[in-house]
Amino acid sequence: MRKWIERQRNILDFTLSSLSRRKRKNIALISVYTLVVFFLASIVFFTHSIRKEASIILKASPEMIIQRLVAGRHELVPMNYIDKIREIRGVSSVKGRLWGYYYDPITGANYTLLVSEDGQPAPGKITIGEGISRTRLVFEGDTIEFRTYDGVLIDLEIKNKISSESELISSDLILISENDFRKLFGTPKGYATDLTLQVKNPKELSTIAIKIAELLPDTRQILRDEILRTYDAVFNWRGGIMIVILLGAMLAFIILAWDKASGLSSEERGEIGILKAIGWETSDVILMKFWEGMAVSLSSFLVGIILAYMHVFFASSVLFEPVLKGWATLYPKFRIVPFIDASQIVALFFLTVIPYTVATIIPSWRAATVDPDTVMRA
Amino acid sequence: MRKSDVFLLFLAIHILLFCFMFIHASMRQKAEMEFVREKREMVKALELTDLCLFTEANYTRHLSQADLHTPFQDSPLSLEHFPSGSLVEPPKSLRKTNEKVD
Repeated sequence: MRKWIERQRNILDFTLSSLSRRKRKNIALISVYTLVVFFLASIVFFTHSIRKEASIILKASPEMIIQRLVAGRHELVPMNYIDKIREIRGVSSVKGRLWGYYYDPITGANYTLLVSEDGQPAPGKITIGEGISRTRLVFEGDTIEFRTYDGVLIDLEIKNKISSESELISSDLILISENDFRKLFGTPKGYATDLTLQVKNPKELSTIAIKIAELLPDTRQILRDEILRTYDAVFNWRGGIMIVILLGAMLAFIILAWDKASGLSSEERGEIGILKAIGWETSDVILMKFWEGMAVSLSSFLVGIILAYMHVFFASSVLFEPVLKGWATLYPKFRIVPFIDASQIVALFFLTVIPYTVATIIPSWRAATVDPDTVMRA
Repeated sequence: MRKSDVFLLFLAIHILLFCFMFIHASMRQKAEMEFVREKREMVKALELTDLCLFTEANYTRHLSQADLHTPFQDSPLSLEHFPSGSLVEPPKSLRKTNEKVD
């Protein structure tokens, strides 16, 4: 065993010396390789964690949302729809929800205004999300001026701020009283933005949705499952720019591996020829090339993965921020919970380390099986 | 020190860091679960439906509540011009068809 270890170490020593003879080329190779792994792993870590967190948090969202559509657009829902829906067997509760967007010309940001039954602020007071406080530089006790639908300016006092820990769901949120909401947007009494519904038995949800669609044909129903599926599809690898980034990275890697697999440089061939001529076995040459592949790919893989983890979970995906932010002036600051999936890391390993190592060994095996004299003369 | 020793030491340190990454992730998951539960409670109490990820346009702020033509609300030729529109797909409920026509 000791002899076997010593042999491996000797070959590794030789491999590292051989790699250091082509220092610049190999440093460039390792840097590009690390960068490809870093980008792929950063995307995998970020998308998986955000989808996982969304699936946990949004499981508590309403079982069904009922919107009214008029000429293909959202329209306010009359509250008398609630009585009609309540008559359907299996419905346990129906409530009207009041919410909307308010564009603030000072910051250029859209706020989400919401009337909550639970802990509704008193008239004239509001509770704001951390993102609004940060962007607008307003704090508890300050007032924010709003322009109502008929052009009247009203001042609402900030009573509370929502905890910064929940920025992922509340950064742009303003909780407002029902009176102030109706005054601001001119929403008439007896109307709500949409309805939320709870059922007695979740298995009956789709049947109840069909019944509502028959009873109220001008409505559309959004089930909680559809909300969850929407967030499962967000950052899906097939979606939008993700596929472009992944394709770019994969193509770069394929070129890298192809260059390696398509043949050895004359210097490398000469080296194999000399090694064979001084008595190295073909298996020794293959072992040397195996260590070479491992030295390059395993170190790049490990460094790339560790850097990606630090990027996503310590530096809040700072490189992705411009893409995610877009043109938004109000952007939530949040730390993602590191939900990492070992199977994705294994998949990355098999996509990067294994093909590269095999691509290093095969041409060397071919060169090593030919007569040393021929290899050296070629 | 032999070159192989330096390399093996480098590898060992990185494998340790790699393992530590999983330990750290599991510790952070446990520590942050309280905040995740808090967020979940808030979603339940306020009846929220979406994450505050893309605030640049109202149809990207509430992805699951978007309607059919919001990206083109300014004019029919106003092509989608918000970067987040290239990141996310429209909600599944908008993409489902009632009947196959061909």
